Amino acid sequence: MLEVRNLTQRFGGITALEDISFNVTKGEITGVIGPNGAGKTTLFNIVTGIYAQTSGTVHLEGKDISALPAEMLAAKGLVRTFQNIELFGNMTVLENVMLGLHTQSRSGILSCMFKAPWHLKEERNIREIASEWLEFCDITDLADQKASNLPFGKGRMLEIARAMAVRPSIMLMDEPAAGLNNRETAELATLIRKIRDKGVTVVLVEHDMELVMDICDRIIVLNLGRKLAEGTPREIQENQAVISAYLGEG
Amino acid sequence: MFSKHREIFKFLSLVLVVLITPLLVHEGYLLNVLIFVGIHTILSLALNLLLGYAGQISLGQAGFFGLGAYISGILTTTHAINPWIAMLAAATIVTTLAFFVGFPILKLKGHYLAMATLGLGIIIYIVFNEAVDRTGGPSGLSGIPNLSIAGYTFNTDLKNYYLIWTFTLVAMGLSLNLVHSRIGRALRAIHDSEVAARVMGVNARVLKVQIFALSAGLSAIAGSLYAHTMTFIAPASFGFNFSVELVTMVIIGGLASIYGSLLGAALLTVLPEMLRAFQDYDIIVYGLLLVLMTMFMPGGLVKGIPELFTSIRARATRKVKTDA
Ligand SMILES: Nc1ncnc2c1ncn2[C@@H]1O[C@H](COP(=O)(O)OP(=O)(O)OP(=O)(O)O)[C@@H](O)[C@H]1O
Ligand SMILES: [Mg+2]
Repeated sequence: MLEVRNLTQRFGGITALEDISFNVTKGEITGVIGPNGAGKTTLFNIVTGIYAQTSGTVHLEGKDISALPAEMLAAKGLVRTFQNIELFGNMTVLENVMLGLHTQSRSGILSCMFKAPWHLKEERNIREIASEWLEFCDITDLADQKASNLPFGKGRMLEIARAMAVRPSIMLMDEPAAGLNNRETAELATLIRKIRDKGVTVVLVEHDMELVMDICDRIIVLNLGRKLAEGTPREIQENQAVISAYLGEG
Repeated sequence: MFSKHREIFKFLSLVLVVLITPLLVHEGYLLNVLIFVGIHTILSLALNLLLGYAGQISLGQAGFFGLGAYISGILTTTHAINPWIAMLAAATIVTTLAFFVGFPILKLKGHYLAMATLGLGIIIYIVFNEAVDRTGGPSGLSGIPNLSIAGYTFNTDLKNYYLIWTFTLVAMGLSLNLVHSRIGRALRAIHDSEVAARVMGVNARVLKVQIFALSAGLSAIAGSLYAHTMTFIAPASFGFNFSVELVTMVIIGGLASIYGSLLGAALLTVLPEMLRAFQDYDIIVYGLLLVLMTMFMPGGLVKGIPELFTSIRARATRKVKTDA
């Protein structure tokens, strides 16, 4: 599904990622863990076309996407959420999700200005689908709220709803449980499973080990920009190198 | 649905006000001021699409306004072309020009973008002054014909008032449609988080350029209207000061608000007329207004006035309660 090959990323003197390779299997939930500064977010930024890598390639369903900029990837079914929530604060919750449907609508500047009939139909359509995704993430009651007014946990849910509206085949989530309380984390686990059951492959960066061990099919461990280990949650929990990396850190 | 009806009601009320105002205002001088309010509204609207919605600054708007005026002026005087065709040509040329200039310029962000657009505006201004045999140089271009439809010529203040405000209302209506559409959402998304907008598939780079071009084209139409109403144009109207004035209108009226553009344009057109004494210090007054507004009404008049009313009302009710 997603193949990362020999990925290296340098920022000036810092090597954030060094020769990382792994595969993500379709339909699975793959965890990416590692101590702070391991390079997890950098990995996402490269895969999603926000940074251009120093070297290495990324393939999505067999196609090379290494050189594609971020805005080209949504249409290819790749979407992500952000570690520091990136909502459209001045828009309503519903509008945020409607934006997720941008690539599934076509009206240009002129048809929007002159309210062309096809544009109105498209707009109704978008609104309806967006409402369904709000329902999916259980935030329907917040539809007309300004996104910047949402409590943190709901903001995370909105980010997921918006990402789902893109109709992705693969979703990268960067620490979706950060800042959530226990109840919200449990709801998140259920939601991620629901997303997987919809046929969306999930790559999950997370520090909450309980959550990761609970819902991931496979786990990749990064440390200081290198891949330290890869395996099932059980294998990772027993891996000596992983244990010492985490103990060494903390 | 309810809010949609309210939008329509608001717009129709505005149309009504525009229609009946001349019944109350007979004086040519006042009508003239209102004509300028209309032209300035189109200009601040054009800038607001770019600055308020997409979050991209332009300090070169007066240049596009001037280009529209000069293209229309030169085509109708030197080449005797029909004013409407000249207006169409002005809009097309300026839109196309801004589109191609926009690609390199809008890669820049923040201060750099401000500097680049400032430079563009200044270059255009210099051309107006220096290309004397085409533009008439600093002394300007006169004898520009009025617009006319089937023999009906817009040659009085009243006729021009209705002409300009028809354009203004249409521009406002179309802008309202635009900002409430998928394009408007994409613009606001770029403003709030460009990276998230891109991840959602918004081609931020192209969309910014398109809006820049639209904004320039709309300003050119305003310029053409200006030229055909005033029948005389000179470079002084299209300098850097006016670009700053337009930014002030947008910020004072309210960023990302179509009606805010009208309020800002109205205030900054009427105020200088009332404060004739300040003539030479106008840029200082604008600067002061900007500082005060950002301090006390960051949302502009369009947000600030209702907030002021609610806070006064809240204070009043509190007083009633404590009195009781
Ligand atoms: N744009 C950048 N410029 C320079 N250095 C960067 C940049 N982005 C990341 N880095 C560096 O790369 C390294 C990896 O950072 P990254 O954010 O990917 O870590 P992370 O695994 O996501 O950490 P955390 O768990 O804290 O989120 C860090 O040393 C960081 O300082
Ligand atoms: Mg990170």
